[in-house]
This record gives sequence, structure tokens and C-alpha cells, in this order.
Amino acid sequence: MNQIDLNMVDWARAQFALTAMYHWIFVPLTLGLSFLCAFYESLYVRTGKEEWKKIAKFWMTLFGINFAIGVATGIILEFEFGTNWSNYSWMVGDIFGAPLAVEGIVAFFLEATFFAVMFFGWNRVSKGFHLFSTWMVAIGSNLSALWILVANGWMQHPVGMIFNPDTARFEMRNFWEVLFSPVAIAKFTHTTSSSFIVGSLFVITVSSWYLLKGRNTEMAKKSILVASVFGLLSTAYAGLTGDESAYVNAFTQPMKLAAYEGLYNGKAKADLVAFGILKSEKMPGDDTNPFLFDIKLPGLLSLLANRDASSFVPGIKDLVYGNTLEKIVGVNAKMERGKMAIADLAAYKNAKKSGDTAGSAQALEKFTVNKDYLGYGYFAKPEESIPPVKLTFYSFHIMVSLGCFFTFFFLVFLYLGYKNSLERHRWLLQLGFISFFLGMLASQAGWVVAEVGRQPWVIQNYLPVHIGTSNIAAGNVQATFFMFLGLFTLLLLAEVKIMLKQIKIGPEEV
Amino acid sequence: MIGNLDYVILQQIWWILASVVGALFLFLTFVQGGQTLLWQVGKTETEKSLVINSLGTKWELTFTTLVLFGGALFAAFPKFYATSFGGAYWVWILILFTFIVQAVSYEFRKKPNNLLGAPVYELFLLINGSVGILLIGAAVGTFFTGSNFTLNDYNQVKWTHPLMGLEAAFSLFNLSLGLFLVFNARVLGAMYLVNTIDFSGMTEFETRVRKACLMNLLYALPFLLYVLVSLLVMDGFGFDGKGVISMVPHKYLGNLLAMPQVLGLLLVGLVLVIWGVVLTSLKGSDKGVWFGGLGTVLVGLAVFFTAGFNNTAFYPSKADLQSSLTIYNASSTHYTLTVMTYVALVIPVVLAYIAWVWRQMNAKKLNVDDVTGDKAY
Ligand code: HDD
Ligand code: HEM
Ligand code: HEM
Repeated sequence: MNQIDLNMVDWARAQFALTAMYHWIFVPLTLGLSFLCAFYESLYVRTGKEEWKKIAKFWMTLFGINFAIGVATGIILEFEFGTNWSNYSWMVGDIFGAPLAVEGIVAFFLEATFFAVMFFGWNRVSKGFHLFSTWMVAIGSNLSALWILVANGWMQHPVGMIFNPDTARFEMRNFWEVLFSPVAIAKFTHTTSSSFIVGSLFVITVSSWYLLKGRNTEMAKKSILVASVFGLLSTAYAGLTGDESAYVNAFTQPMKLAAYEGLYNGKAKADLVAFGILKSEKMPGDDTNPFLFDIKLPGLLSLLANRDASSFVPGIKDLVYGNTLEKIVGVNAKMERGKMAIADLAAYKNAKKSGDTAGSAQALEKFTVNKDYLGYGYFAKPEESIPPVKLTFYSFHIMVSLGCFFTFFFLVFLYLGYKNSLERHRWLLQLGFISFFLGMLASQAGWVVAEVGRQPWVIQNYLPVHIGTSNIAAGNVQATFFMFLGLFTLLLLAEVKIMLKQIKIGPEEV
Repeated sequence: MIGNLDYVILQQIWWILASVVGALFLFLTFVQGGQTLLWQVGKTETEKSLVINSLGTKWELTFTTLVLFGGALFAAFPKFYATSFGGAYWVWILILFTFIVQAVSYEFRKKPNNLLGAPVYELFLLINGSVGILLIGAAVGTFFTGSNFTLNDYNQVKWTHPLMGLEAAFSLFNLSLGLFLVFNARVLGAMYLVNTIDFSGMTEFETRVRKACLMNLLYALPFLLYVLVSLLVMDGFGFDGKGVISMVPHKYLGNLLAMPQVLGLLLVGLVLVIWGVVLTSLKGSDKGVWFGGLGTVLVGLAVFFTAGFNNTAFYPSKADLQSSLTIYNASSTHYTLTVMTYVALVIPVVLAYIAWVWRQMNAKKLNVDDVTGDKAY
């Protein structure tokens, strides 16, 4: 763990962010639209009405276009752990590889197999079997979300494992702890429910366009009704699970929580910032007000974070420099213990190599005392433990504001859709038309909160990102970064053009 | 109860499982083979559409099998995953690129307003079927010819060749294995098309496909012979009771003789592939693909077993023999392998529903009406 190539870390991160965010353009749509297709087709099978079949087939066409590019952007992520993060892959392959393999076995095949039936099976299999296949695609894609999020959740909150000093690896000890970690559950439920929102908004966007153009109006209105019911239920669920995520953050990643709340100095009865503009010159150590302007809801943060309105919520300053009153150990203290752990681990390895049993046992004992602080030993200064506060803060606030907005949005669409008076409110349809893009924004912002907010850790408290990269020259990753950027952008443009054309053609022709 | 199994047994089970997935992938490359036949056997738009639509219901399966192969190696042999992907960087990146462009091509090719035009998407399919499979073959070849890397005390890889993996394609052995796989995929592709397309009224088209099957077997043979003969005479990477790696004369010949079952798999596999071609090209049958497919799976198993069993290093390093990976020094822990083995118990269920859906979907052959319909690719 000696040659640290900082440039390599930055390019590897940039490439991960690029490829993940491209993948995430298509994934929420797959997760949400697959269920909507299943609803529409179920309505067809129940009522036997051809118009529902037409609706189902239309959305399936768009689903298929999106699915193909979702798959194309996904394969690279699976192998990127090896190509760019090979040290990470070796150190955690025991734990992290398992969910990826399980995902392949139980989820991807379900999607892949039944996808073919969904698209080519209309004249080949029975009505019932076709419907079954559509549901299997929806369930399969959401199952794949489960496993990848278990893997991601483990990085945010490593549980069910031990560090093996002989191999310098993290080894799994309890699979159930990994699977049912509170972070993994919060992540899975929040990610899927928020993706249902995105899928519903997509249907509303396209349908609003039809209504604005005055074409395919019956189909558009029917689609909107189903989508706004699904969307409304999903916003409620996304809000609940988002709150759960924040609650879990409070005890697993307090630094992330402090960053997205803009909380520098910890407080009892902490306020929730509903809206705020951060000052540029704010330093984590000083006691100045971090906000140029803010609107606060008194005491709410303590309530949300700890389910207790009078409880203390630590701020960035407490976490970095420590707070004796609240018994919070600062990063500066943890760094010292981490450096001891690194030294003892090296001593242990050397003693073992030279056959010095007594020496190695002694070094191991000393290492064990500090082993939980190992990751902190790689920091040069305590401030390195702070994630980019502004980006995390604004992303979080954009996501939550949009979440609140969507609740009203779906309510209004449902109400007016039910009253059959949507077409009389053109401004609303215009809002509906852009709603998908807002959903995409919220969803991407969510990942920025989750991933940027946990910097500089690749595995919380154990492994900072720069330790996990491959030992290759940065130029390689830089080159592939631009190759991916070029190729994905080209494919995205093609996808958008095809989608627009299919929407123009409309459900009559498909 | 799986938890009570010896570590060594679990490691061997996982090498077998990974080999099965790898071998199934080789069978499923009939999709890639079919893609490269597109221009050769399809002279009219309808014929091309028949080829694309016939492959179109299966490409996802091949793709997903490749993904699972990667995932299974990550979980069961993480040191291999980290070493190979993190070192032989460019060969893997190029392989991935060919699969990225494949994934969109079926869906996008015929859609109006698709930016690049149908010929470009067809070119993507051709690249995937030729370059993609060739490089996969070259990468598998390094299981026998070795790679250029060293591992440090913390098992971190350092690649010692400036081409970072691409050098694999400049070995005659690796290249021959790759070309053999490309032509074998084309043989399988032709068999699969014969099996799934209703050729009534298109005898010329049918003749072309059936002939392609035989011709590609003939093209494949010299490469196959070169690979087999080299394998029998070359020195290999073996290890002793202490795990010390050394060069062993005629290692792979020795492996085949020491494991006659594996030799059996290889020979039966080759005979089955040839029988499949005979059925398809000479006997006018449409069942050849089952023999060719099973044969390919058996040959694939033989290749992976020869590389990994009988005290052989399956991912050897030419640069530093002691850095070579074996199924015993590259695997996950006992606990992880146990968990994964429980998960693997669902594999038969997965195979069963795949087979069931395959039967449902292929019960009726693909005809001209199918590809002029609304859901055609
Ligand atoms: C919450 C959901 C989710 C998340 C966080 C991710 N994905 Fe994804 N992925 C899906 C949900 C999904 C999906 C919905 O299941 C996709 C999208 C389109 C599709 O076909 O399946 C998919 C496709 C997909 C494929 C192609 C699968 C196939 O052969 O059908 C691969 C290899 C990956 N993903 C791998 C990854 C990796 C390594 C990720 C993390 C770094 C990742 N995905 C993040
Ligand atoms: C669920 C599976 C995911 C896993 C296992 C995962 C894992 C990782 C890893 C290994 C890195 C590189 C190390 C680091 O810089 O932290 C990373 C960075 C990043 N990921 Fe994820 N990620 C996942 C999903 C996503 C998704 C879907 C997105 C967004 C669309 C995303 C956004 C990011 C961003 C923006 C970074 C870079 C952060 C930065 O360097 O500032 N991640 N993630
Ligand atoms: C309504 C109020 C919402 C709250 C309180 C909320 C809360 C949160 C929190 C705290 C996280 C970080 C979790 C972590 O890092 O462990 C998060 C992540 C995320 N949010 Fe939200 N969110 C809300 C609405 C939304 C909406 C409307 C969307 C999208 C349409 C969305 C999409 C996401 C995504 C994709 C992630 C990343 C995955 C994850 O970490 O779970 N959220 N949210």
C-alpha cells in the first residue's frame, strides 16, 4: 500500500461517477416503467379491452428501448471494480463479490429470460403466460436492485465481517448481517420507491405532451390515471424510506448527515434547514454562521435524526476535532490510533516473515487494540475526513424539495384526471411535460448525496478511496474515461432520438 | 451441511461451477457467430431480418451469462478478478466495449430515426462477434501461456508488459484459440439459425446457412489442431505440495493423462460438434445445434479443467512464477464459498425456467410474417 497515485484516484472516481450516472439515467426508468407496463397489461387481461393492450404495448416499446441501453451501461460497472479498483476488489471480494454474483444468478436471468417473452411472445405464448412474463421482468429488475444495493449498503456501513491481518483482507462472517443491514434495507426501499416516482413521471410527461397536442387523448388520460396513483403511493413511501435513510445515517455516517444538513456545530434540539445558502469562506474549525441565508424548522433535525426532539446531533466540527462534553472522539484522535494500527500491522507482517513468533503475537495484540481505526491512519490531516459540503447539501435539498413537490403534483394530476378536466389546465400539462426531468434530477441528486456524502471513504471508517485503486498509470483510466464519455453520449443521443420518434408515432401505430 | 465440507472441496466445486458457466457461455456464443454470418447468409432485407430476429430473443441470455461469469469469479476467486481486470486492463476494456455496442444494436437497428443507421448497428454486431470473441479466446489462452504480472506482499498486482493485456493477442497459441472460438461460434450460429428459421420458399437462403456451417468447421480445424498439438507438447505451470510453482514439462498432456475423464470430455465434445455439423450440413436435419452445443460445453469444460485441476496454476505469471494464481491461493474464504454454494443451489431452477421459456418461444419456427410484424427487430 505504498505507491499512491493521486491522479489515478481522481480519474477512477470521475470514471465511476460518469458511468454510474449514465447507468442511472436508464435504471430508474426500467424499475418504474416495468411495473407500470405490468399494471397496464393486467388491466388488459382483466377487462379484455383492446385499448389497454394498446397502451401496454406502447409503453413496452419505450421500455424496451430504455432497457437495452440500461444493460449496455450496466456491464461496464460490473467490471469497473476490477479494472479501476482492483486493490479494493481483492481486499473485499469476499463480501462484495457475493451480492454481485447472487444478483446474476437470481435476478439478471429472470429479467433476460422473460424480457424476450415480453417482446416477442405476443403471438407465441398464451395471454396468461405473457402477463406472467411481464411481471417477472418487473420483479427481476427490482430484485437486481436489491443485490447491488446490498453491496453498496455494505460499503456505507460494513457489517458482518472481520479484518484478517494475515491476508490484509476483509472477510465475511455473517451473510445475514450483510443482507439485512439497516442501511441496505433503507437503500433498497428508498431507491426502488423513488424510481417508481421517476417511472410515473415519465408516463405523465409523455401523456401531457399528447394532451397538449390534442392527440391520443383517451390513451393519455388513462395512462395518467394509473401513473398518478402509482406515483402518489410511491412518493409517500419514498418520503418514509428517505426519512429512515437519514435516521440510519445518524448512527452509521454522522459526517454525511452533518454535511447534507450543513450542520457545522453540533446542537441539542438541532433545527432542520428547509432552505439555505452556504457561505464560501466557512471553515470547519471556526464558529461563524455557515449560512448567508436560511429558513429553519426548529428542533426538527434532532427529531428526525434520533427520533428525540431534544437530542444532540453532532456537527462537522465535533466529528473532526472531537467534543469531550458529548463524548465524541474526533478524527484527530482516531488518526493517531490508526497510524499505530498501520505500524503494528507492518511489524506483525515482518515478524511473521522472519519467523519471530513471539514478536508477531505481540504486534498482533497491539494491532487488535486499534484495528477499528485502521482507515483513519491513512489521512494526512483531520480535515480530509470532510466530504464536499456544498455539493452534498444542495443535492440533498434539491431532492427533498422535489420530493415534497411531487406529492402535490401527483395529487393534482390524480384529482383533475379523475374529474376528466386535465385538458382545461394547459399550465399544468406544461408542468407535467417537464416533470420527468425533475424526477431524474431528484434521483441523480440522491446518489450524489449518498456517494459524495461518504467521501473520502470507499468503505466507511476502514478504507479511504485512494487505497482501493488499481496500480496502473492514470493515463489508461483517463483514456477510457473519454472513450466511455464519447460512446455513452453517442448511444444516449441515439436513444433519445428513437424515443422521440416512437412517441411521435404514438400508440396507434405500434 | 455445506459448511462442513472441506475448504479444498469447496474451492474445487467453485472451479467446476465457474467452468460450467464459462462453458455455457461458449455454447451461447452462437449469438455472436450468427451476428458475423449476417451479411454472408442474408442477401435480402427479409433474410437479414430473419437472422436478427432469430438471434434477438437470445442475445440477452449470452450477455447475462458473461456477466454472471464475471460475478462468479469475483465472488469465488477475487484474487483472479482483481489481478486480471486490474492488470490486463486493455484486453478486458476492449471486450467490454464490443458488448456495450452489441447491447443496443438489436433494439436500435431497425427503429426509425436511430441516428447511426442500420449498417452501423450491423457493424457493431459484426465487431462484437469477431473482435469480441477473438479477444475472449486470447484471454482464455493466457490460462495456458501465462501473463506478465507480479503480486506484492499485499497481493496487489503490477503488470509488467506495456500493452497491459493486449500482448495476449500476439501469441500464436492465444490467437489460434481465439480464432477457433470465432469459427466455432459461426458453426453454432448456423446450426441455431437452421433450428429456428422456417425456410419454406427460401431454399437458397437455407442452402447458404447450411453450407456456412460446414465451411466454418473447416476454417476452424487448422486452429483447433494447432491449439491441441501445442497444448500436448508445451510446458505448463504446476505446483507442489507446498504451493511452490514451477515449470513442468508437458504439463497439460500430463493433466489429460492423469484425468482421463477430462480427456474423455474433450474427445466426446469434439465428436459431438462434428456430428452436429454433419447433421446440419449433410443430413438436412435441424437438430444439429443440440449436438454442437453440448459438444462445445464439453470441450469448454475440458479446457477449464485442464487449466485449473491436477495441481496446475490456472492464471500463471511468466514474470514471476510464484505470483501465479491457483484455485487454492486465489479463492474467497471458506465462509463465503459456503454461502455461495447455498446460493448456487438455485442454479438448477434457473436453468429449468430458461429451458422452459426457450421451448415455449421456439415451439413454432420464425417465418416471414413474424419479422414484418410490429414487434420485429
Ligand atoms: C437500484 C438499481 C440499480 C443500481 C444501483 C445499479 N443497477 Fe445495474 N441494473 C439495474 C439496476 C441497478 C437494472 C434495473 O436491473 C438494469 C438496468 C436496465 C436493465 O436491463 O437492468 C441493470 C443492468 C445492469 C447490468 C446488465 C445486466 C444484464 O445482463 O441484463 C449490469 C452488469 C449491471 N446493471 C451492473 C451494475 C453495477 C456493477 C452497479 C453498481 C455499481 C449497478 N449495476 C448499479
Ligand atoms: C449501488 C451500487 C453502487 C456501488 C457499489 C458504488 C460504488 C462506488 C465506488 C466504488 C465509487 C468509487 C469510490 C469513491 O469515489 O467513493 C463510487 C463513487 C461514486 N459513485 Fe457510486 N456506487 C454505486 C452506485 C452509484 C450510482 C447508481 C450512482 C449515481 C448515479 C453513484 C454515484 C457515484 C458518484 C457520483 C461517485 C463519485 C463520488 C466522488 O468521487 O466524489 N454510485 N461509488
Ligand atoms: C421526500 C423526501 C426525501 C427524503 C427525506 C430523502 C432522503 C434521502 C437520504 C437521507 C438519502 C441518503 C441515504 C444514504 O446516503 O444513506 C437519500 C438518497 C437517495 N434519494 Fe432521497 N429522499 C427524499 C426524496 C427522494 C426523491 C423524490 C427521489 C427521486 C425521485 C429520491 C432519490 C434518492 C436516491 C436515488 C438516493 C440514493 C440511494 C440511497 O442512498 O438510498 N429521494 N434520500
